[in-house]
Amino acid sequence: MTVDEFLQLAVSGVVTGGIYALIAIGFVVVYKATGVINFATGELMMLGAFFGWTAMTVLELPFAAALVVAAAGAAGVGALVERVVLRPMLGQRPISVIMVTIGLSSVFKGLAQLLWGGEYRSFPPIFPRKPLELGPVILPSRQAWPFLIALAAIVALAAFFRFTRTGTAMRATADDQATAFGMGIDIRRVFSLSWILAAVTAALAGVVVGVIGGISPQLGAVGLRIFPVVILGGLDSIGGALVGGIVMGVLENLAGGYLDPLFPGAGVKEVAPFIALVLILMVRPWGLFGTREIERL
Amino acid sequence: MEGGTEPAPAPGAGDVILSIERLSLAFGGVQALAGVDLTVRRGSIAAIIGPNGAGKTSLLNCIAGFYRPQHGRIVFEGRDVTRVPAARRPALGLARTFQNIALFEGMTVLDNIKLGAHAHLETGVFGALAYGAGARAEEEALRDEVEREIIDFLEIEHLRNRSVGSLSYGLQKRVELARALAMRPRLLLLDEPIAGMNEEETEDMARFILDIQEERGVTVVLIEHDMGVVMDLCDRVTVLSFGERIADGTPAEVQADPDVVTAYLGTARVG
Amino acid sequence: MLIGNFKETYADDEALFRTPASRAGLAVLLAAALVFPFVASDYLLYLADLVGIFAIAALGLNILTGYTGQISLGHAAFVGVGAYATAIAATRLGLPFWLSVPAGGLVACLAGAVVGLPSLRIKGLYLAIATLAAQVIFEWVFTNWTGVTGGIRGLNVEPAGLFGFAFDSDRRVYFLVFGLLALLAYGAANLFRTRVGRAFIAVRDRDISAELMGIDLFRTKIMAFMISSFYAGIAGGLWVYFARVVTPESFPLSLSIQFLAMIIVGGLGTIKGTLFGAVFVTLVPEGLRAVTQAATRLSPDAMSWLAPMKEIVFGAMIVGFLVFEPHGLAEIWSRVRRFFWLWPFPK
Repeated sequence: MTVDEFLQLAVSGVVTGGIYALIAIGFVVVYKATGVINFATGELMMLGAFFGWTAMTVLELPFAAALVVAAAGAAGVGALVERVVLRPMLGQRPISVIMVTIGLSSVFKGLAQLLWGGEYRSFPPIFPRKPLELGPVILPSRQAWPFLIALAAIVALAAFFRFTRTGTAMRATADDQATAFGMGIDIRRVFSLSWILAAVTAALAGVVVGVIGGISPQLGAVGLRIFPVVILGGLDSIGGALVGGIVMGVLENLAGGYLDPLFPGAGVKEVAPFIALVLILMVRPWGLFGTREIERL
Repeated sequence: MEGGTEPAPAPGAGDVILSIERLSLAFGGVQALAGVDLTVRRGSIAAIIGPNGAGKTSLLNCIAGFYRPQHGRIVFEGRDVTRVPAARRPALGLARTFQNIALFEGMTVLDNIKLGAHAHLETGVFGALAYGAGARAEEEALRDEVEREIIDFLEIEHLRNRSVGSLSYGLQKRVELARALAMRPRLLLLDEPIAGMNEEETEDMARFILDIQEERGVTVVLIEHDMGVVMDLCDRVTVLSFGERIADGTPAEVQADPDVVTAYLGTARVG
Repeated sequence: MLIGNFKETYADDEALFRTPASRAGLAVLLAAALVFPFVASDYLLYLADLVGIFAIAALGLNILTGYTGQISLGHAAFVGVGAYATAIAATRLGLPFWLSVPAGGLVACLAGAVVGLPSLRIKGLYLAIATLAAQVIFEWVFTNWTGVTGGIRGLNVEPAGLFGFAFDSDRRVYFLVFGLLALLAYGAANLFRTRVGRAFIAVRDRDISAELMGIDLFRTKIMAFMISSFYAGIAGGLWVYFARVVTPESFPLSLSIQFLAMIIVGGLGTIKGTLFGAVFVTLVPEGLRAVTQAATRLSPDAMSWLAPMKEIVFGAMIVGFLVFEPHGLAEIWSRVRRFFWLWPFPK
């Protein structure tokens, strides 16, 4: 395989990885703030994508407005879910909390099928057709633009956490709940906000993924890909999610490119990140950049 | 490892059952224990006292095997147990209770107590699945022992089938003591057995501890803040401060020790 | 009126069915289970077999997750391992079912040990994610190791036979399934009458103090993984003789989630609840189908709602139980019993 082909694989891996990173960040925000492993992240993404699609095709809004609609709709869903379902589950066993989010994902999938039907839909053309050329690497504009949107969203989120009062309060709560509470931070608001943020992030990611490859109620299955990413990056590290997303995107693309010919029809791409996940946990049981829990009596 | 015969109640009372030599333990830069010595005679009740953060619980945790000291030795019944894993120590005759109650919330009082005997039971997984004659006999003997030696003794007949979460703080502490007794200890480590109890509960607990020592010959090492109880119950008192032993002797001797008074009053220590 | 029932000896108190009423209940249940295959329709028998097989697998999962606190998102994969092992033992080695099904259990048990091996270091949510990865990887292997598993075409198996009697219908397989279910449920209940089961619960509730009580955490967790996947493997073996074909798509992540739903709905850490949960979670979608079929008379395209409604009801059932009845059907059952215990003087 030539260097050019390698670069092509690597760069389109980075593009996929950027999107993984965006989804994973939504997941990490919720885990950091509330300790919940959110199995519904993929379905929040799918709902967001459908909101955006509806805004564009049914309401015939421009793309930018559709992004806003997707984000707003998802924010509503996030807030509702946190208030009605997750809050009563505070302090319950991990298995219960995990299962609640799995239950939610199933409800979302069913609702989407009822509302939008089960078939595949695609977004109207949005971006200029001209592919982006980076030296020997050619990126179709369907990939380049969504990647840039994902990147912008990640930068905006990082800025929110670093520079706004609310972002700082959320970071403080994640670090030390009791102290944050003592400082007068409204913990419940932080929990609610973290779900809203996660839903908005997921919705943006959903629109981006939808623009690239079309949408259906099964779109949420991509959510599973979060896990290798956050195990690499650490369940509670936003920077880690970014790095982890991109590394996993590149890894699965390279694995697919180089190993698929050896295993015809096997889809090595699908399984490679999970093998990496297991290997990482063997070496570092709390993820590569995750915080180790200190055991106490 | 262990001899075929269990020692009779308080055999050779007065010999050394536990001896700790130059024990040091540090977490990162914090020195929790700095060369602590401790000798406990068989059949006695020894107290470890000291201000908060003096290293009392750390010392207990080293004896129980939860912490690995960096230096020093722990010798129990003539055997160096410093490196013996925590899970093996109950089989040797060491048992403990916890400062913050650590009962198993998902089990009844009876099952919590039975669990204490775990290290002394033998049923394997196949025996358990089949619940054959061996497992049945073992469980029935255990039930008998628990009822006779522990539940009657600690007066908790009425609590048997309650879930531990529904019990008051004082009763939970009593169940924890029951579980520790089911471990068939020769040395019992009690971390603040009466902290947070009302007067009546305190008296009950003190009586139980005395009975455990006098009637069963079990040696007791306890951590306690209530000086009245310590002075009444204990044969010897060891005082820790900032991870070091600053006094050791009979309750009267320790009470008169000026270093102890200083440590407790919090006057800046010199040197 | 059933008030007043004092046990005479401690041995009576240690029995699984302690009261005359509960022993009578058991007798009635057994009698009903024996009569059922002779009176039920083919469709009901098909469902019963399915419930029985799932109940065996769910028992295994409850031992691991409900009792020992180790979350597994890969239980269906172990059912798959057992199914493939049984099918291979039956077709390649020509073993009869009474050897091939236990072989499936044993191979799954070994797979469980391998997956459980890191459980001393990998804990809690990280372990849950590791079992998720195991699910994905096993599924991939089922599909792609074509030389052994037959790939997507799968493996076909002859019906189980014993002394010339062929278990070639759902009615006949019923006896295999429920015989084994009874045996394995009894085994699971026994486990928690002894030190082995108590150690599992202790590890779930407080692993560190369990260790200080003399419980070897590593051994205990591995043991839970092995027993759990053994049960899964037996369920897989029975699945082979029930479906008579093994294909990779029979053991997806969604089946793992369905097993988790069963133990949540039935009650984490209860044997009885597991059985309730297996029945409930398997039958609710069937009930929904019946309702939808009836609704086609009102609206001809009602059937198109069935798939999404199944998803919604399944999810809502999990969420609803967790929020409103976190102890599941087992707890509801004991509330009902307590009510009748004191009837006609309920407090």
